[in-house]
Amino acid sequence: MDIRSHVSMVFHLDKCIGCHTCSVACKNIWTDRKGTEYMWWNNVETKPGTGYPTQWEDQDKYKGGWEREEDGKIHLRLHGRKKGLSNIFFNPALPTIDDYYEPWTYDYENLFNAPEGDDQPTARAVSMITGKPMDTIEAGPNWDDDLGGSPLYARNDVNLDDLTDDEREQLNELERVVFFYLPRICNHCLNPGCVAACPAGAIYKRGEDGIVLISQEKCRAWRMCISGCPYKKTYYNWASGKSEKCILCYPRLESGQPPACFHSCVGRIRYLGVLLYDADQIEKCASVPDLELVAAQRNMIQDPFDPEVIKCAKANGISDAMIASAQNSPVYKFVKKWQIALPLHAEFRTLPMLYYVPPMLPVLAKTDKDGKYDVAGLDNEGLPAMISSLAKARMPIKYMARMFSAGNVKEVEDVYRKLIAVRIFKRAQKVKDYQQAEVDAALAQGATNPEEVEAIFRLTSLPTYEERFVVPPLGREVAVEAWEKPLERKTEAGFGVRNKIAKRKF
Amino acid sequence: MFDNALFIGFPYAAVAIAIIVAVYRFWFDPYSVSSQSSQFLENRKLFFGSVPWHYGVIIILLGHITALMFPGVWGLFTANQTRLYVLEITGLALALMTTVGILILIYRRIADARTQTVTSPYDWILLFFLFLQVAFGFWAAYYYRWGSDWYLHTAVPWLVSLLKFQPDITYVTALPFWVRFHFLNGFVIILLLPFTRLMHVLVFPISYLWREHQVVIWHKARH
Repeated sequence: MDIRSHVSMVFHLDKCIGCHTCSVACKNIWTDRKGTEYMWWNNVETKPGTGYPTQWEDQDKYKGGWEREEDGKIHLRLHGRKKGLSNIFFNPALPTIDDYYEPWTYDYENLFNAPEGDDQPTARAVSMITGKPMDTIEAGPNWDDDLGGSPLYARNDVNLDDLTDDEREQLNELERVVFFYLPRICNHCLNPGCVAACPAGAIYKRGEDGIVLISQEKCRAWRMCISGCPYKKTYYNWASGKSEKCILCYPRLESGQPPACFHSCVGRIRYLGVLLYDADQIEKCASVPDLELVAAQRNMIQDPFDPEVIKCAKANGISDAMIASAQNSPVYKFVKKWQIALPLHAEFRTLPMLYYVPPMLPVLAKTDKDGKYDVAGLDNEGLPAMISSLAKARMPIKYMARMFSAGNVKEVEDVYRKLIAVRIFKRAQKVKDYQQAEVDAALAQGATNPEEVEAIFRLTSLPTYEERFVVPPLGREVAVEAWEKPLERKTEAGFGVRNKIAKRKF
Repeated sequence: MFDNALFIGFPYAAVAIAIIVAVYRFWFDPYSVSSQSSQFLENRKLFFGSVPWHYGVIIILLGHITALMFPGVWGLFTANQTRLYVLEITGLALALMTTVGILILIYRRIADARTQTVTSPYDWILLFFLFLQVAFGFWAAYYYRWGSDWYLHTAVPWLVSLLKFQPDITYVTALPFWVRFHFLNGFVIILLLPFTRLMHVLVFPISYLWREHQVVIWHKARH
């Protein structure tokens, strides 16, 4: 066993209110420079919807991630080694700025400087790339926000491909539209497509915490990482000629703070913690058939209380403090212990280390043409059908399976059964409108027990800051000080710094 | 004297400056080394310009270098008339491809507003000299036929003499103006190389053919 530690994440989608505070926090810190205006290292999408960049999940178009061959081996969908070099003069799968949006600002000065006339002066939209006026703005950040039922956006969501017409109608009916929010950052994958696709070898994973970074000094703008990442979470800075991506706010992590998007999250949906995993299993895990992917990935995560695992971890140089952090990790609980958090699009085979607790609507059942809940003929084994119907769910279970379990419906159903059990158990406790028999049936269906339900409830609804963010002791600054002068790079380093800046005198 | 400066002094100076600046830039300002791709801003015209340009110019350059390195073999190859014809026609076709490619690239930089914003004066200087180089190369190949053969007896011995530090310019001084211009302009491009985005030629990521797919960097050496 090659045990390694990984700073991992859980997003609890039931709690996301789609406020974009995370996106704005990230933007203000990292992507307000020239060439990065269009970048949202953290973005929040409406699902069903086409997302950002448009239809990023459509790998027939963008060729991201890995593909499994019949013999069980995997290869990059984008290119092999030779094709990677021969496509270097023109990357056929590269999204262009129009797949995101052309960033713009407004000519506010005109409001003050316009000559006197009969009309009010206007502030025209001006492109932040060319500086020229833009007559029609065709896309922008969160352009399809809350447009769950729209024919232009939501209906082009590739995750809807497997649904029947009836199921699609259910999603899109006027006034009964249903959608949820999907916040996305870099998944800091275990088998990252961007790293494998980079011809220059400029992208790397940090051994100690698993953060995936692009070396700005080695990046040569061959731009293959953008196509290689199936989540489209590496971005090309068109001004500097370098690719950039989410750095999981490692400067914050190293000083004991959670990343800015985690810290600022209003719905408190984000959890950060350490996972211990077996690096020997990475390739095997990424190569199993689609339906086994989620289970295989979960299997790779090791029990931080297992003495054998602890022994191997120590042998690999993982500190006691890090192991303690892994034992206290909220991510471990959601992903492995309770098994209610799933990776996004496991079928891309990059083994993402960001997991999602899938969302539940307040009422799960779908409605019929008269607006009444259509639960006739459902056998829910004694549960109230309105909040436990998966077969006739408004958000078709197949849609969720396509997003969160590589199409494995059972995997998603198991998660929902447990979440439903939590809901029924707590409602019986607080509102007291369910019978004990119903509660017992729910617990049985969810394969859970009152203690686990209470723990899930506690970490979902009432977690403290310290429970949500178990920031591992990276201690990097201490290690750096051992062999570098701590003040040497003060005021001289950072993104976009090409030439030495004169040292400040004060 | 003037010829000495042009055909001895200038090549040595160009190569020396190129090496020094390239090494300096690579070691002390690696952040600046980038191909500065603009495909992200403009996709369609780039395809029709970049692909013929790069494939054309790379094959032609390899031809030049092969003949320089193995003049004997090359001479044997061109000794057969059929092979010479095939080589000449291929060369002309590639030259045409390259010229069309660079014209499209130049047009793209003029016509496309987004590409303009990422175009520096250095890019224009580079494009100008590259265009001159392929245009006159094309012209010389077309007008002074059998260049793949006479190259062996003019430029090759001159370059070899330069490489041996026993410069002999008698091989080239009597050649027509446009041919000499093509030779010297080649060194102008070498001189420009480290000052422009042409640096990307030197960092072509050939190691992608064998490097491990995944890269993990440890802060501390592992035991």
